Amino acid sequence: MTRHGLAVLLSHWRRNPLQLLTLVTGLALATALWSGVQAINAEARASYAQASDTLDGGDIARVVRTDGQDITTAEYVALRRAGWLVSPVIEGRLDGTDPGIRITGIEPLTLPGRGAFEPGEEGIALPDGFLSDAGLLVANPGDLPALEPFGVPLLADPDRRAGTVLTDIATAGRLLGEDGGIGWLLLAPEQPLIRAGLPAAYTVSEPLVQNDVARLTRSFHLNLTAFGLLSFAVGIFIVYGAVGLAFEQRRGVFRTLRAMGMPLRRLMLLLVLELGVFALLAGAAGIALGYVIAAALMPDVAATLRGLYGAEVTGQLQLRPVWWLSGMAIALGGTAVAAVAALWRLVRMPLLSFNHPRAMRVQADGSARLMLVAAVVLLGAAALFAVFGSGLFAGFALLACLLTGAAFCLPLVLSKVLKLAECAANGVLSQWFWADTRQQLPGLTMALMALLLAMAANIGVSTMVSSFRLTFTGYLDQRLSADLYLRAGTPAQAGDILSFLEGRETDVLPIASAPTRIGGLPAEIFGLRDHVSYRENWPVLDAVPAVWDRLAAGDGALINEQMARREALRPGDMLQGGDTVLGIYSDYGNAAGQVIISEALFATRYPEIRPVQFGLVTDAPAALAKALQDRFDLQADALINQRDLKAFSLEIFERTFAVTAALNVLTLSVAGLAILISLLTLATMRLPQLAPVWALGLTRRDLAGFEMLRAVCLATLTGLLAVPLGLALAWVLLAVVNVEAFGWRLPMYLFAGDMLRLGGLTLLAALLAALWPAARLARTPPHKLLKVFSNER
Amino acid sequence: MNGDRIKAFLFSVTLAILPAGAGAQGFAGLGADATGFAFPDRDVQIEFPRDHGPHPDFRIEWWYLTANLQAADGTGYGLQWTLFRSAGAPVEKEGWSSPQVWMGHSAVTTPDRHFVAERLARGGIGQAGAEAEPFQAWIDDWEMRATGAGIDALSMRATGPDFAYDMTLSAQGPLVFHGENGYSVKSASGRASYYYSQPFYEIAGTLQLPGGDVAVTGSAWLDREWASQPLGDTQISWDWFSMAFDDGARLMGFTLHDTAEGDYTAATWIDPDGTTTAYADGAFNARPLETEEVAGREVPVVWQVSLPDRAVDVTVTAMNRQAWMDTLVSYWEGPVRITGSHTGRGYLEMTGY
Repeated sequence: MTRHGLAVLLSHWRRNPLQLLTLVTGLALATALWSGVQAINAEARASYAQASDTLDGGDIARVVRTDGQDITTAEYVALRRAGWLVSPVIEGRLDGTDPGIRITGIEPLTLPGRGAFEPGEEGIALPDGFLSDAGLLVANPGDLPALEPFGVPLLADPDRRAGTVLTDIATAGRLLGEDGGIGWLLLAPEQPLIRAGLPAAYTVSEPLVQNDVARLTRSFHLNLTAFGLLSFAVGIFIVYGAVGLAFEQRRGVFRTLRAMGMPLRRLMLLLVLELGVFALLAGAAGIALGYVIAAALMPDVAATLRGLYGAEVTGQLQLRPVWWLSGMAIALGGTAVAAVAALWRLVRMPLLSFNHPRAMRVQADGSARLMLVAAVVLLGAAALFAVFGSGLFAGFALLACLLTGAAFCLPLVLSKVLKLAECAANGVLSQWFWADTRQQLPGLTMALMALLLAMAANIGVSTMVSSFRLTFTGYLDQRLSADLYLRAGTPAQAGDILSFLEGRETDVLPIASAPTRIGGLPAEIFGLRDHVSYRENWPVLDAVPAVWDRLAAGDGALINEQMARREALRPGDMLQGGDTVLGIYSDYGNAAGQVIISEALFATRYPEIRPVQFGLVTDAPAALAKALQDRFDLQADALINQRDLKAFSLEIFERTFAVTAALNVLTLSVAGLAILISLLTLATMRLPQLAPVWALGLTRRDLAGFEMLRAVCLATLTGLLAVPLGLALAWVLLAVVNVEAFGWRLPMYLFAGDMLRLGGLTLLAALLAALWPAARLARTPPHKLLKVFSNER
Repeated sequence: MNGDRIKAFLFSVTLAILPAGAGAQGFAGLGADATGFAFPDRDVQIEFPRDHGPHPDFRIEWWYLTANLQAADGTGYGLQWTLFRSAGAPVEKEGWSSPQVWMGHSAVTTPDRHFVAERLARGGIGQAGAEAEPFQAWIDDWEMRATGAGIDALSMRATGPDFAYDMTLSAQGPLVFHGENGYSVKSASGRASYYYSQPFYEIAGTLQLPGGDVAVTGSAWLDREWASQPLGDTQISWDWFSMAFDDGARLMGFTLHDTAEGDYTAATWIDPDGTTTAYADGAFNARPLETEEVAGREVPVVWQVSLPDRAVDVTVTAMNRQAWMDTLVSYWEGPVRITGSHTGRGYLEMTGY
C-alpha cells in the first residue's frame, strides 16, 4: 500500500510540474541566500583567525623601558616574578638579506592571547619544530630563498607579510646576535589579582588606533547575518505557499486514500518523507547555488579583509562544514515550519464529510482572522521587547516579531484598501477590476508577503549600511584629525623623533595613555594636548558649555559614549575617582570605556608614563612619513597615514555596498519569482472567472492589460507598506541590535534615493513576474474561453 | 598559522605536557619514550637535601601540594599549588634554548566555585625553577619557600586573575616514602618513579576571593615525584586519592587505567607516627558510585574506596563536583569528604576523563 500511496501522492507533482518547481526553487533560493551569506561569514572569520599578526601581538599593549634601552632577560624575569604577565619580543633586521628581512622572535609559553595558544584536544597551534634546538623560521614563500643560507629549517606561510619572519625567541636571539635584545614585552590583557606596581624604569604603550577599524568588521558580519536570515524568511514564505497549495489541492486524494484504508499515520509519514526528500534535494541545490553566490561576492569581501590585514587573506572559498551543514539544517527546518500547519489540517480533516476541494482558499476568512490575531500578538510581543527587552537576543526577537507580525497584517490591510478602492470606483469595469483583484488576493498573499519582507529587508539593511557609512566616515574625519599617527618603539626613540621634528613645521600632539578600571571594567585614560584640531573636530555628542577650556584647565574629563551608556553618566555628573564629566564623545568600534583628561593632569597623575604615541599635523604628510622612515628604524605598523586609513575605510564601505546591492537584487528576484509562480498557478483556475468578462466584450488584450495593472497595483501597495516596515527594521538594527552588540548607537539617516531605487526594482520584479502570465492570457485561444461555458460546473 | 593547526606541536621534541590525543603516550605524555634520560634505580636511595631540588636528567617531575582548609564560619575550602617540570633533553642549559619547561597550576575550590590559574615558563633564565637548599620552588610570582630546615616549614603563595592566597605550613610528622623506600612501581612491567610525601602539614593563611579575604586553617599534603617514563604505553589515565583520617592515619592510593592489561593499583598506609606500609597491585580498590557531567564529560564524583587489609571501606565524595582544572592539560582535582569505616578529608585527582 505504501508504494501505491506514494505513487498516488507523487502523481500530483507529475501533473503540476510548475508547483514542484515553485517548491524546489523557493527552498533552493532561500537556502542559497542563507548559505551564501554564511559562507562569506565563515570564510572571513577563518581569515581573521589565521591572520598571523595576532602571533606577533600587533594589537596588544606593550611594556617598554622608559630610557629606550633594550630589556635584559634578567629584567624580564624580575617583572614576571613581580607578578606582571608579560612576554618578551625580539625584533631586528636580518644581516645579509636585502632589503633586510625583519625577524620577530616570540616566546610562545608566555605569549598572551589565545590566538596562538588555544588549548584543545589537538594541542596548540604552533608549527612542528618551532621550539626545537634547530628552530624554525616562518616566512612568506617569496622570502624563503633569501633565508636558506642561515641554515635554519623554514616553513612557508602564505599569510605572512612579505619581508617578515616569525620564530622562537631563542632562534631569533641566535640569528640577531648582539642586536637581539628584548625590544619590548607584550602585556597580557588579563593580569593577576595581585602584582607589584610597574617600576619607574618601564612604561606601558597602548596599541594604535588602527585596530578599531578591524573591530568594525564584526558589525559588517552581523549585518550580513541579519540579511541572510531575512532572505531566508522571504524564501520560507514561498515554500509555505507551495506546500499549502499542494496539500489543499490533494485533499481529495488524501480523503480517497484514507477511505481506502490507509492509516493516517502512514499517510503523514509518506508526506513527511516526500517533503523531506524535496527539502534535501532543494537544500543541496541551494547550497551549491549559495557557493556560487559566495564565490562571486567573495573577491569583494576578501579585498576588504586584505586591506585590513595586509596581503594575508586569500579570496578563495573553502567548503567549510560549518556553513553547508547549517544550510542543510535550515532547508530541512524551513520545510518543517512550512509543512506543520498543512499537516495539522490533514490530521483534523473529517474523513467522511463531502467537501469540494478548496483549492486556492488557503487564506479563507477564518485563517485571515487567525493571522490577524497572530499579527496582533506578534506586534504586541515586539512592542514588549522594544520597551522591556535587553540583550542581543531581545534585539533579534524584536526583529523577528516585528517582521512576521507585519507580514501577517498584510492580507487584511490589502483587503481593506482594495475594498475602499472598490467603493470609490464608479465605473462598472473599475468596480469589477477591484473586486476581482480582491478575490485573487488569497492566492497571492504568500507571494506578496514575501515581496513585503524582501523590500522591507532591503530598505532596512540599505538604510543601516548607508547610515553607518555616513556616520563612520564623518567620525573618522573628526577623530583622525592629525595627518600622521606615530608610535615610537621606546620613549628614548620618541625623544629622538621629537628633536628630529623640531623646525619641520609640524605640530606634535602627544597621546599618553594608561590602562585603568572603572566600574570594575577595563578602561583607558588618555592625556590630550589642547590643540585647535581637537577643538574643531572632536566628535562631541553632549557637553557642558566651554568644554575645551574647562578640559584644558584640568577641570574634569571627557568620556566616550560606551562608558556614558554603561555607567549612565551625563555631562556634569561625577566620575568614579572624582573627575567631573565635561562631555561625551562618540567612539565607534571600540568596546572599552575611555576617559580623556588634559595633558598636564595626566602627567601629574601618571608621572611614570612618557608618551610614545603622537599625532602629527603637517602640510606634507607623505614627505614627512618618508623622512621619518628613512631616519628611524620604525616598526612596520608604527606610522599610519591618516589619509590612507580613511581611504581604506571608505573602500571597506564600497565593498560592503557592492555586496549589499547584489543581495538586494537577489532577494527581490526571489520575491518576483514567487509572484510569477502564484500568477501562473492562478491563471489556469481563473479562466471560468475571466470567460464571462471576455464574453461581455472585453478583448483578451484588455484582460492581459488588467492583469499587468493588477500586478503593479498590488506591488505598489505592498511596496508602500514595506517602507515604514523597512525603516522600523533599520531602526531596530541601528538603535537596538547595534547598541546591544557593540555598545554604541548609530544615528539613522534616510536615503530617499535608495528607497526610490528599491521601489523601482520592486515594481520591475512584479512587472516581469506578471508579464508571462499576461502574455499567455492574451494569446489564450478563444475556444478555450468558450469551453468554460460548455463545461459549466 | 595558515590553517594548519598542527597537532600536539607545542613541545614537539621538548615536552610532553600536551594532551596526547591518542593513548599511545598515556595521559600528558607520561608514557612517552625517554631515550637518554635517567631512570629510577632501586639501589639509588633518596637523599636530602639534594632530592628536594630538581632532577633535570629525569624527564618529568613535580612538587604537588593540596590542602583541605576551613574558615572560622565552618566553610570548607580546597587549595592546590603545583609546579611541574618537563624536559625535552636530559640537560639544563643557560638561556632561552633551555630544554626544560615549567608549568604551574594553582587552584582554590569553594563549595560552589573553582578558581584556576596556570603559568608556563622555560628553564635556563630563572623565571621558574627549584633549589634544594635552602628549599624553594617557583614560577613567576608563585613560590613555595622554606622558612626552616629542609621542607619542615614553608611559605607559599600564588595568584590568578580572580583569586590569590598566601599560606604558611609546618610539618607535624616525618616525611614518608612510597613503594620500596620511595621507589614506586607504576605498572606490572616494572615502570617506576621516585615518590615521597609530606602528608602531615598544618597550614594557615588567607584566601583572597571575589567575596573578600578569608582566613583559613587546615591540613596539607605535599607530593614529590620524578621519573622519565613512569607509565606503560597503554596506561592512559589514573585516579589518585590522598586521605587524612580523623584518627590521624593517612592513606595514599591510586588506580592506573590500562587499555591493554587490567588496571594497576598501589597504596601506602601511613600510621599517625609516620610508619608506612606499602601495598602492591590489587590490595587497594576504588570503584565509582556516581558520575557528574563536568566540562562536557562524565566524571565520577562519588567513589567507594577499600583497603581490606586495614578494614578501610569508605565513601569518598567530592566537596565541589565541578572542580575541573581547565588548563592546557585538563583534569579533575578537588577536595573530598570521607565517610564509612573511617571518616576524614582528602584530595582526589582524576585524569583522562
